[in-house]
Amino acid sequence: MKTIKILGTSCAKCKQMESIVRSTIAEMGVEATVEKIEDIEKIMEYNVLVTPVLVIDEEIKIKGFVPSSAQVKALLA
Amino acid sequence: MFEWIQNFADWVIYGIFGVVQGTHLGDALNFFVYDTLKILFLLLIITFLMGIVNAYFPIDRIRNFLSRNKLYGGEYLMASTFGAVTPFCSCSSVPLFIGFVKGGIPLGVTFAFLVTSPLVNEVAVAIFLGMFGFKTTLIYVVSGILLGVVSGFILGKMNLEPLLTEWVRKLQANTERERETFELEKMTFVQRLPGIWRESFGIVKSVVLYVMIGIGIGAAMHGYVPEGFFETYIGKDTWYAVPLAVILGVPMYANAAGIVPVIQVFVAKGILIGTSLAFMMAVVGLSIPEATLLKKVMTTKLIAIFFGVVTACIILSGYVFNAVL
Repeated sequence: MKTIKILGTSCAKCKQMESIVRSTIAEMGVEATVEKIEDIEKIMEYNVLVTPVLVIDEEIKIKGFVPSSAQVKALLA
Repeated sequence: MFEWIQNFADWVIYGIFGVVQGTHLGDALNFFVYDTLKILFLLLIITFLMGIVNAYFPIDRIRNFLSRNKLYGGEYLMASTFGAVTPFCSCSSVPLFIGFVKGGIPLGVTFAFLVTSPLVNEVAVAIFLGMFGFKTTLIYVVSGILLGVVSGFILGKMNLEPLLTEWVRKLQANTERERETFELEKMTFVQRLPGIWRESFGIVKSVVLYVMIGIGIGAAMHGYVPEGFFETYIGKDTWYAVPLAVILGVPMYANAAGIVPVIQVFVAKGILIGTSLAFMMAVVGLSIPEATLLKKVMTTKLIAIFFGVVTACIILSGYVFNAVL
């Protein structure tokens, strides 16, 4: 069971990341919870300077760009 | 450089559609096709190049550098330049702002960044390049960066720290540097290119409609607004033209993609370039949506001061442009 968090306000890139992550998880059949964190105070707890950010099991994996489905797969494998 | 696009536009409009060359309609259509293709081409190239720069831009290191070193004013220039090259996505501006404050970087320097970030972006640069050419684009970029430096410097002298929202002040009180433990997964340059390409394509796709609307309005005006039309109303001696343009521009929130082609026609029909540049800066650099984003980190009073100082600086730069250019 993986805990996935997507940090980002409601900008286009952040939405793109969320949909790619969700569809990849569904495709892989991985057991995971996906949470989108939009509150800037919570986002800043992760000490990041750019959004969107992909956090898997409390570890920052990607920040500042929208990954491809293949990249997300590699991170979840 | 763009002859092949012009040839293509000629071929489509005069050849395929058989519109007669030299008529209002023919010229307007030709102008529309040519400009749209040229701008989309420039947009793709520039967003892609900026994407590469951004992928390798050491944001964390720059912040740490700024917070460690005293540069005797150079830090304003550095932060402002940094704002110019950061991504188009405005939603990163606020996290970056907080990250700067948290890193112990003075508020004025942070403001310098915050001013330039929306003002000089790759979309605006690409469209400026297409509509006004290299020289005006360079002037826009350089003056945008200087504007960030000057307004950041002024704001820095005003001791505005108490006007940040409470939680940001708390962050500022216990400044810490980002733990540089997270390492992005290592990817080679070639591996990153498809992603960067996808992203720049996405940016272009998201503005293409605005580009077409802007150029469409521009093309229509080109054909039907008489030469020198605006000079009769807003001539060289109209002292209030610059402040009026800027004050009209601030609450407007238009994509640079849509506004530049229209401004180009204003210039062609007799509005001074400085007045137009100032208007453009007000539209792109300051906006109501940005103010709402900033409400998270600043009190309303601080936002008002911030907007006020930047507006004043834009007005001033408009006069300088009109005098110099």
